[in-house]
Amino acid sequence: MSVDATTVRRIAHLARIAVTDAEVPHLQGELNAMLAFVEQLSEVNVDGVEPMTSVTPMEMKKRADVVTDGDIADDILKNAPATEDHFFLVPKVVE
Amino acid sequence: MTTLTSMTIAEARDGLAKKSFTSRELTDAHLAAMEAARSLNAFVLETPDQARAMAQAADAKIAKGEAGPLAGIPLGIKDLFATRDVRTTACSKILGNFVPPYESTVTSQLWRDGAVMLGKLNNDEFAMGSSNETSCFGPVVNPWRREGSNTALVPGGSSGGSASAVAALLCMGATATDTGGSIRQPAAFTATVGVKPTYGRCSRWGIVAFASSLDQAGPIARTTRDAAILLRSMAGHDPKDTTSVDIAVPDYEAAIGKSVKGMKIGIPREYRLDGMPAEIEKLWSEGAAWLKAAGAELVEVSLPHTKYALPAYYIVAPAEASSNLARYDGVRYGLREQGRNVIELYENTRASGFGAEVRRRVMIGTYVLSAGYYDAYYIRAQKVRTLIKKDFEDCFAKGVTAILTPATPSAAFGVGEKGGADPVEMYLNDIFTVTVNMAGLPGIAVPAGKDSQGLPLGLQLIGRPFDEETLFSLGEVIEQAAGRFTAPRWW
Repeated sequence: MSVDATTVRRIAHLARIAVTDAEVPHLQGELNAMLAFVEQLSEVNVDGVEPMTSVTPMEMKKRADVVTDGDIADDILKNAPATEDHFFLVPKVVE
Repeated sequence: MTTLTSMTIAEARDGLAKKSFTSRELTDAHLAAMEAARSLNAFVLETPDQARAMAQAADAKIAKGEAGPLAGIPLGIKDLFATRDVRTTACSKILGNFVPPYESTVTSQLWRDGAVMLGKLNNDEFAMGSSNETSCFGPVVNPWRREGSNTALVPGGSSGGSASAVAALLCMGATATDTGGSIRQPAAFTATVGVKPTYGRCSRWGIVAFASSLDQAGPIARTTRDAAILLRSMAGHDPKDTTSVDIAVPDYEAAIGKSVKGMKIGIPREYRLDGMPAEIEKLWSEGAAWLKAAGAELVEVSLPHTKYALPAYYIVAPAEASSNLARYDGVRYGLREQGRNVIELYENTRASGFGAEVRRRVMIGTYVLSAGYYDAYYIRAQKVRTLIKKDFEDCFAKGVTAILTPATPSAAFGVGEKGGADPVEMYLNDIFTVTVNMAGLPGIAVPAGKDSQGLPLGLQLIGRPFDEETLFSLGEVIEQAAGRFTAPRWW
């Protein structure tokens, strides 16, 4: 399988990465090189094989549903590019 | 002559205990070496004040007889590990000046045991690379050069800063991470020892995530013994990582020097690639001969799905990366580029903050997870992964103790030499290491010889789950037979 220019733009938008028109042909070439490389997986017989979901055989650990952390709003906001009081600031979302 | 910077961790530990020198002296010697080696670009942040304060605290503990297992040992930390109040960037512009208000579990255990932090080490951006050339801080230079040449070589990646700094005697050991070979390949390129532990052995908490089902932390050091000392402190159960395994951490150092007599060592025929350099082939046979001389039994084994590990990896790893890296949105931390609305803000931030390799992988990951392609790519790759793991399980079920392979298909290459037009050219570096991550197994890369141009080459040993001890015993046999290799100083 290979991707065309429209698909490259669509993937970029899904990935939330802006691409310029000039970048599209180059990205298309690179993505198609990767897709050509992984194409060989189609020759493997995977009938009846379970897809791996955990590399080590272990049951998922669960913890008690209790608060173990908190009251660290200042820490959480410390690295934010724009804040006001204890909120992250973003451009207007709702018109 | 043994100087303060050329000692092993084991030697320094003895010297500190005997009060032959102080941690402050040891630390100052390394800080001076780092300053003189800035042209290698191994450190992206030096933390001399913190290092001296930690050294003095270690000296006080040693004086009181309360020294931890790593008391006063100066280490470098890959910039993928969150270090409290010390800038952590994963060598990406998108993290900018991120200063974590928390400490990764692995580094917190090193400090608990008394180690000293010298600074943060360069790596490929988000650990995506095999040459350390994708770092936003620029490439790292390998202290090794081809004989009679001044060409700058890469130290491998993604833990290139860790490998280069340890090989150039700038730190006594370093933390590193390995998703497809990022500890073992740079170790092989720099004549250092690198250990990728079993998945779940070290906590991933506080390590910048790349591909969560493959990422593992491990040490890079100058000897197998030093690597064993470091791993004991780094490993252990952590309730904050649900994939961290709750089994006791053995004294890995006790495995150094243990007999390997009677161990069955698998030589996988699928690792004998067409066009593999004769030198790699020779090194591999030599390694096998050394293990045989030490009493191990060699058996040819088959891992039939080996050739599919790398293509399967290039679906699974980018898929997980596209999901993990969704958090870099320009809102909560790091870089922000403005936009007319919030979507544009995301798109502009991520376009400007991620480098080319990261953008490429996030996009391929997005594609293989997208509607209509998920089954054809992602599910198929995860099925192939089951088969890769089964290959190893079948092999171990036949009584094989460990598997011996070359660590890399070549020695270090030049800066800017690979992966220009076709990204796959660079990916092939991990052909021998990536199977181990796909199966969650432990692996060690040990220096074993040099090529005709005088560059180091390494061998890899692959072990059964949570049997790192056997890898240390076998690695020690190779180290004793091959000797140690030190890069002549030119910087």
